[in-house]
Amino acid sequence: MDFSLSEEQRLLKETVDRLVRDRYGFEARQAAAASEQGFSRAMWATFAELGLLAVPFPEAVGGLGGGGVDLMVVAEAFGRGLVVEPYLATVVLGGSLVELAGSDEQKAHILGHVVAGEKLLAFAHGEPDGRYDLAHVGTRAEESGDGWRLTGRKSVVINGDAADTLIVSARTAGGTGDEAGIGLFLVASDAAGLTVHGNPTIDGGRSAEVVLDGVAAEPLGEPGAAFPAIEAAVARGIAALCAEAVGAMEVACETTLDYLKTRKQFGRPIGSFQALQHRMVDMRTELEQARSMAILAAAKLGADRVERERTVSAAKVTIGRAAHHVAEEAIQLHGGIAMTWEYALSHYAKRLVMIDHLLGDVDFHTERFIALTDGTAA
Amino acid sequence: MDLNFTPEEQAFRDEVRAFMRTDLPADVAAKVKGGKRLTRDDHVRWMTALSKRGWLGVNWPTEYGGTGWSPVQRHIFEEECAAAGGPRIIAFGVNMVAPVIMKFGTAEQKAHYLPRILDLTDWWCQGYSEPGAGSDLASLKTRAVRDGDHYVVNGQKTWTTLGQHADWIFCLVRTDPQAAKPQEGISFLLIDMKTPGITVRPIILLDGEHEVNEVFFDDVRVPVGNRIGEENLGWTYAKYLLTHERTNIAGVGLSKEALRHLKTIARDQLKNGRPLIEDPIFRARMAQIEIDLMALEMTNLRVLADVQAGGAPGAESSILKIKGTEVRQAITDLARRALGPYALPFQSEALDGGFNGEPIGPGYAAPVAAHYFNMRKLSIFGGSNEIQKNIIAKASLGL
Ligand SMILES: Cc1cc2nc3c(=O)[nH]c(=O)nc-3n(C[C@H](O)[C@H](O)[C@H](O)COP(=O)(O)OP(=O)(O)OC[C@H]3O[C@@H](n4cnc5c(N)ncnc54)[C@H](O)[C@@H]3O)c2cc1C
Repeated sequence: MDFSLSEEQRLLKETVDRLVRDRYGFEARQAAAASEQGFSRAMWATFAELGLLAVPFPEAVGGLGGGGVDLMVVAEAFGRGLVVEPYLATVVLGGSLVELAGSDEQKAHILGHVVAGEKLLAFAHGEPDGRYDLAHVGTRAEESGDGWRLTGRKSVVINGDAADTLIVSARTAGGTGDEAGIGLFLVASDAAGLTVHGNPTIDGGRSAEVVLDGVAAEPLGEPGAAFPAIEAAVARGIAALCAEAVGAMEVACETTLDYLKTRKQFGRPIGSFQALQHRMVDMRTELEQARSMAILAAAKLGADRVERERTVSAAKVTIGRAAHHVAEEAIQLHGGIAMTWEYALSHYAKRLVMIDHLLGDVDFHTERFIALTDGTAA
Repeated sequence: MDLNFTPEEQAFRDEVRAFMRTDLPADVAAKVKGGKRLTRDDHVRWMTALSKRGWLGVNWPTEYGGTGWSPVQRHIFEEECAAAGGPRIIAFGVNMVAPVIMKFGTAEQKAHYLPRILDLTDWWCQGYSEPGAGSDLASLKTRAVRDGDHYVVNGQKTWTTLGQHADWIFCLVRTDPQAAKPQEGISFLLIDMKTPGITVRPIILLDGEHEVNEVFFDDVRVPVGNRIGEENLGWTYAKYLLTHERTNIAGVGLSKEALRHLKTIARDQLKNGRPLIEDPIFRARMAQIEIDLMALEMTNLRVLADVQAGGAPGAESSILKIKGTEVRQAITDLARRALGPYALPFQSEALDGGFNGEPIGPGYAAPVAAHYFNMRKLSIFGGSNEIQKNIIAKASLGL
């Protein structure tokens, strides 16, 4: 077995680590998060220049042909920097859907613009009562003489307000909850009948509530059989979130350890109290367990469906629990200071807890893991 | 053994309920139930209503205008307040500094401050913690130097809850830096927030709210007559106050109300087309907390019965603080989970009383995640849960 990175992956890691370390300070992050779109266009252009937007895509469409491990390298660094740019929405979810479901022409065209940093995407999939269920699509797609039209509601669409193109899931056949009959459609942000209400999220990002009222849309690939592509793209998204959480947990652990060594009460560093030492050790243990599962999820992205899905669900459970543990303990071991907006750690804690609310939480993935293990999953 | 409330206690509960129906301002209760922001005025209106009924001095003896209630009555009152959506009584004046003034103040101090606390003339805040003195409070550095019949105060307090609303602050200050032990050189001062040289600066918490402050003292002149008790004996008074800070520390009533709210959310949220409350995993999570809360309520009632019979709570109040805060935090944790993806949107403006815009997701969603993060404070302040465990280990277990 070999856990080492390839030469290219090492270079990628150096590049993205350096970028985050040197150019993604907490102040800059906070300013970007507070801006109208919730991120920095200049930083996005830098990502493009460095090739980060090309990482997961095939070389044929201008990508770098990276796999899960390459994605992990990028996402982990982004987790360390608490990066707010729409990488998950545009590259990991949006880009993967185009790659997995799109026609050759759509791939070449859309991914070309994504890689160049000229196009932002968002995956408008979740619906108000759908919770984390991937097959819960009630939005209707209807074909008429002049093409496809979509009607429905999409909720908590990550970076939906910045996207130039929304990738909307909609039903061409069947009922809400059926895996069959789901299509993917491209909707321009300025399309008639489309309303996008953006809002901040509690972890410093942005999401949007989307209403579609007979909006003209272009099918992404063949309409109606998109579920496998959605599942595979979401698996990449989960692997990326797991790696991001690992990066953020690393910082939370480092910051807490440093504080334990420097903060003095009762005339000695608080890290000298054994009650706190063991708590710090538990945080580090959780981090290592989480890292292991993030690696496993990244490595299994190319596996067959059941093995891939079972692994990403297991990883998301591990990460959900570990991130929650590390976030709460990091705050507690700091005392009051980590309750403040000014102290970066509080924002790491918020992101760590909120990652569990993206693409399925601990309970959802526990059930899914059981179903996939029992072989009862469809 | 009889675990029922007596008929008198039942009648008392009915009386409290009737009062809540008639005197708790409906708009304030709606804000509390909806997790919205409360203004200074909201608090004052509620506490004024209590004061008019003679129920603000919950822990006060009748000679000072208090209720003279038994511990069990206080417990019932707290439970009914929480159930009705009454804001928590701001403790700094009525439940913290007042008992100290009653016990250690001069006749003049009692006559001056106590009525003003009871009629809401003065809003108090607590100036104990400093940047370098949190758990190790006795290491505080804010200096008070005697100059004729004044002290000149210099230094900084921090984490001052709602100090932005306060008229007065009670402070621990160092009057003898040479004392043999750090606890021995501390005095207890009452300081008018309008005194020249005081600056209040907001600290924004991780939920984006202005709840606490830094308070700076720059050559602030405080009359010696504003000192409580003896010079350099402030630590004794502070310790006495800390025992009062721990009354109702279990927060059983608040947790019960929070659990009811959680169930409302879980009934409304859907998972696979069914109410979340029917989901086996989520139901198990909720049941576990409900059971913990039942146990906590019994533990709390046992302690109260003991106090009622003349006992003094020792390590028990630390146990109640630890368990009470853990249960409350666990409930807010589940409420956040219950929301699913709708925990993410952060619609701060929806927390304002006058908000009539479109909510993002269900109407109850906006405060839930922010509240979860805010409640992390419970295990940090009022003597952190680690410090409580140290107390139990040392004082009660002799370790
Ligand atoms: C929201 C909020 C409101 C507050 N309001 C007020 C207020 O109105 N007035 C006021 O005076 N103060 C207030 N406080 C301050 C509060 O009392 C302190 O935060 C608390 O005493 C802890 O101090 P600290 O934050 O400096 O943490 P520290 O004391 O530095 O503790 C850091 C960590 O070390 C642990 N620790 C410390 N010593 C030991 C030990 N011996 N053994 C094991 N573990 C240990 C702590 O438990 C904690 O986990 C407030 C705090 C908060 C967060």
